[in-house]
Amino acid sequence: MQVEDARKGTKILLEGIPYNIEDAEFMKPGKGRAIYRYRLRNLVDGSSLERTYHSGEKLQAASISTHEGQFLYREGHHYVFMHTDTFEQYLIDEKILGEKHNYLKEGMTVVTMFLEDRPIDITLPIFIETVVTKSDIATRTDTVTAQMKRATLETGMELDVPVFIKEGDTIKVDTRTGNYVERVVTRK
Amino acid sequence: MTGEERRLERLKPNLERRALIHQITRRFFDTRGFFEVDTPVRSPAIAPEKEIIPFDSEGWLLTTSPELYMKRLLAAGYSNIYQLSHCFRKSERGRLHNPEFTLLEWYRAFKDYTEMITDTEQLVLFISQELGYGNVLRYQGKTIDLKPPWSRITIQELYKQLAGWDPVNEPDPVSFDLDMVTKIIPHLNPHRPTVMLDYPAATASLARLKPGNPLVAERAEVFIGGLELANGYSELNNRQEQEARFRKEIEHIRLEQKRVAPLPDKFLTALERMPQCAGMALGMDRLVMLFCDAASIDEVIPFSVDTA
Repeated sequence: MQVEDARKGTKILLEGIPYNIEDAEFMKPGKGRAIYRYRLRNLVDGSSLERTYHSGEKLQAASISTHEGQFLYREGHHYVFMHTDTFEQYLIDEKILGEKHNYLKEGMTVVTMFLEDRPIDITLPIFIETVVTKSDIATRTDTVTAQMKRATLETGMELDVPVFIKEGDTIKVDTRTGNYVERVVTRK
Repeated sequence: MTGEERRLERLKPNLERRALIHQITRRFFDTRGFFEVDTPVRSPAIAPEKEIIPFDSEGWLLTTSPELYMKRLLAAGYSNIYQLSHCFRKSERGRLHNPEFTLLEWYRAFKDYTEMITDTEQLVLFISQELGYGNVLRYQGKTIDLKPPWSRITIQELYKQLAGWDPVNEPDPVSFDLDMVTKIIPHLNPHRPTVMLDYPAATASLARLKPGNPLVAERAEVFIGGLELANGYSELNNRQEQEARFRKEIEHIRLEQKRVAPLPDKFLTALERMPQCAGMALGMDRLVMLFCDAASIDEVIPFSVDTA
């Protein structure tokens, strides 16, 4: 792909890593060579960087697609998902998932980003509901931090919850921050 | 109301002002002994320039500037002529660029580039005064004093000061363009227009080399408010030298871009009879941007390539 054909929103590969062109600035002295300054967003870890290209340079286009996938189960260092349209299964290494594995519950649907046919990232729902499997008993001596205590979720993740949360309660968690949002009242 | 109707309603004051600026520009030239010409936008050949890519039109090319036709008129004895012309340059799109744009070009026979700079100062000041701004303009939060004479500085001096190297004695075309947009333009005095003079000979294009200093060409560029507004030359009227430059450029284009650029032979023939003259090309869209305090070309044209 020629640099002239790239636009804001075009996905490109740099050293094998996919980036989105988030902002493109076109600069050109009237009689001189065109210069393209891009702000690039790393599609895997979210970091950003700036790159400058000259007209005539080539870019490697990244073929990015997204599909819904259902998380089935964990197998060693891999997480097994199923494409909800084709029912094909695919594996994602825990290193690719990073912190996101903390929120995966069996049966949960996520959006998976593929580079060619390789899964490179998932997008979680903003809020998930999950069960508290273990929580400390609040003690009277806690003062300032007394409103919160540590708890463990069914996914294995630990976080701070209000003291009134008990083991077995279902709570809502914000996957963007990892924070407790509220207790979910389940009908019995 | 549709999105387009809302957009065009919002643009209307700018487009009305644009119409006024075109009228004032014509008045400026008409009352100074110039006459307006109108040359084709579609031609069998244009000036071959490596960094200016034309659109193909059924084997002919859409014009990138009216320069060659206007010089053919000068060769036929016309002397003071101007033109407002739509021009086309492929792949040029950004905050200051649209692939179709409007150039104002004017030429004077028997003059050199210094007179074109004076014309530009007078024209911009005249428009400002006719619009009721007087000598001082406000653009993007900064005041700009338009009173002539504008500050003039050679390219060599400017690069030595702001980029730390000498583009005349140690030419480096790649760094030249990059430094121009990253180190030079952003650091010009924002409160005064700047005229850059005497470009390295390699960037002369259709300008004559400076008598007594063949390392530079008599080429001037005017910058106002960070905008590259106008480019002018003492015109080269030596056919052999122009043809040699064109052939070199055509060869570059063929090798580096796999593009066929025809030699404009009717222009070269005319050049043999063209008197010593000078010309200036001014980006009308950018001039209108200045007087509309517009940050983007999209605010001064009704339909850009993205809304056409």
